[in-house]
Amino acid sequence: MILRLWSFVLLAALSAGSVAQAEPLRIEITDAVIEPLPVAVPDFVAENGGAGPLAADIARVVAEDLKGTGLFREIDKAAFISQISSFDAPVQFPDWKAINAQALITGAVSVQGEQITVKFRVYDVFAGQELGKGLQLAGTRAGWRRMAHKVADQVYTRITGEGGYFDSRVVYVSETGPKDNRKKRLAIMDYDGANNQFLTDSSAIVLAPRFSPTGDRVLYTSYETGFPKIYLLDVASVGRRVLQSREGTMSFAPRFAPDGRRVVFSLESGGNTDIYLMDVETGAEQRLTNAPSIETAPSFSPDGSQIVFESDRSGNQQLYIMSASGGEARRISTGPGRYGTPVWSPRGDLVAFTKQSKGRFHIGIMRVDGTGEKLLTASFLEEGPTWAPNGRVIMFTRETQGADGQSSLYSVDISGRNLQRVRTEGGASDPSWSPLQR
Amino acid sequence: MKLKLITLVIPAVLALSACTNPNRFDNGSGAGGNGTFSSVTPGSAQDPQSPLYFQETIGDRVLFGVDQSSLNDAAQRVLDGQASWLTTNADYAVVIEGHADEQGTREYNLALGARRANAVKEYLLAKGLPSHRLKTVSYGKERPLEICSQEACYAKNRRAVTILSSGLSS
Repeated sequence: MILRLWSFVLLAALSAGSVAQAEPLRIEITDAVIEPLPVAVPDFVAENGGAGPLAADIARVVAEDLKGTGLFREIDKAAFISQISSFDAPVQFPDWKAINAQALITGAVSVQGEQITVKFRVYDVFAGQELGKGLQLAGTRAGWRRMAHKVADQVYTRITGEGGYFDSRVVYVSETGPKDNRKKRLAIMDYDGANNQFLTDSSAIVLAPRFSPTGDRVLYTSYETGFPKIYLLDVASVGRRVLQSREGTMSFAPRFAPDGRRVVFSLESGGNTDIYLMDVETGAEQRLTNAPSIETAPSFSPDGSQIVFESDRSGNQQLYIMSASGGEARRISTGPGRYGTPVWSPRGDLVAFTKQSKGRFHIGIMRVDGTGEKLLTASFLEEGPTWAPNGRVIMFTRETQGADGQSSLYSVDISGRNLQRVRTEGGASDPSWSPLQR
Repeated sequence: MKLKLITLVIPAVLALSACTNPNRFDNGSGAGGNGTFSSVTPGSAQDPQSPLYFQETIGDRVLFGVDQSSLNDAAQRVLDGQASWLTTNADYAVVIEGHADEQGTREYNLALGARRANAVKEYLLAKGLPSHRLKTVSYGKERPLEICSQEACYAKNRRAVTILSSGLSS
């Protein structure tokens, strides 16, 4: 199924006048302590017959997106003094101030056959004015959740100044069955767990899918032949092909370069694992590391110039950065314990990683020069961070302890405060977060 | 082209139940016993030509220390037995599976499992087996044998298992 392209139409702002504003409505995500910002999200206005259920659903998803960030608190609709019955009628700011709504989101939905149009506005209640301009989105009825996510992304960006991440998808490994007979298959879903779809069956072990920079293709490792090999899957057609297969070797841990044309991965031969670069079209390979130690989990910097990876050349797993053409690497992890699965932030400023220390696992971040290490989580077993498109939220795998241990997906923001379980139908591991959809 | 793998999991279960089979006590021979020819059931763990003998009497697996891929004395003794059996039974090829316990990240454990499988392969090569009969594969932490989250289980999961496959003659 091909999603329609979105069309954005900028509406003329229906100005509420220029009331002097002391403190603009703003959340800094890096603030040490955040009191969630109270936001009112009344049901959107149904502008014609049949739009009613959608109008409520879209407002609900917008509110859930915002609440899920940990930065917003939704005000109970039962507390509302005024109702929004017309998208264009003036907002009664005193009514929203009285219930301490700092932000107000209004919207309207109209339906034309399978097409829907969504309009929305964001208000800074205490300033008594709009925050940014009203926007109108057009799309299909089937894509209503995406339109809600687009609205929420706009609201989030206007209030935090950060890029949005709600209109995005996650490819992951769906798991069923007991620990000693686990069935794994690839699945893709919206970032919030909706619209789940399986991409492979569970006849062979599949591991660690990774999105292409445009989100249209997925690299993963499969035991389809009995031996681990890297596959490339087209998301729209679900067609797949072996990308790297050399007799007597094992290839795994693939990731795209930012250009989407090359893949960096690990190749094991004779018990030794090193990092290689491959051209997707020609299959031409270039060896980037050449050491008797294990070199794996490579991840490109967003500008394509460098690669962060893990190696046990020092005696245990540590993080290193090398040029994208290989050569000498510098170690960036310095604390006690072991560091693995580094992933370069899409903003370029941070590396997320898995840390093992004193029998516990952590997801952490550090600056690319190795300073500023910060552990965001701790549990019996967790690993495999992936960045949200805005580089401010991380999703990862957490597995519970014992014979009944199960894997599930969690997300956490880079402050470490907002840990959330991601909704999936069954067990889940190895998430890869897509870029924002277009 | 593809080697056909023999599934040894089911025979293993049968063999375990065979331990409670009264036949086992008829001649007093168990694993390592000195049963005479006439008392050995062909294909059983007492039949030196059988895969079950390889799997159970010699032992099809060796264990490793945490993060280790070196072969200790016990492991080398098992592999000596495997090498001599494979030398005698030249129709069999093997796939050596390397495994890790769950205390590690997925990619690293895959690479570690490969190291372990390769350590076994190198040992068997040194004992004179030809490389075309020895394949390796790593499952990392994807196929634990024991499922508790304690060292007792981890120790059994850090293993390399030599799986017999037929098909050399085809």
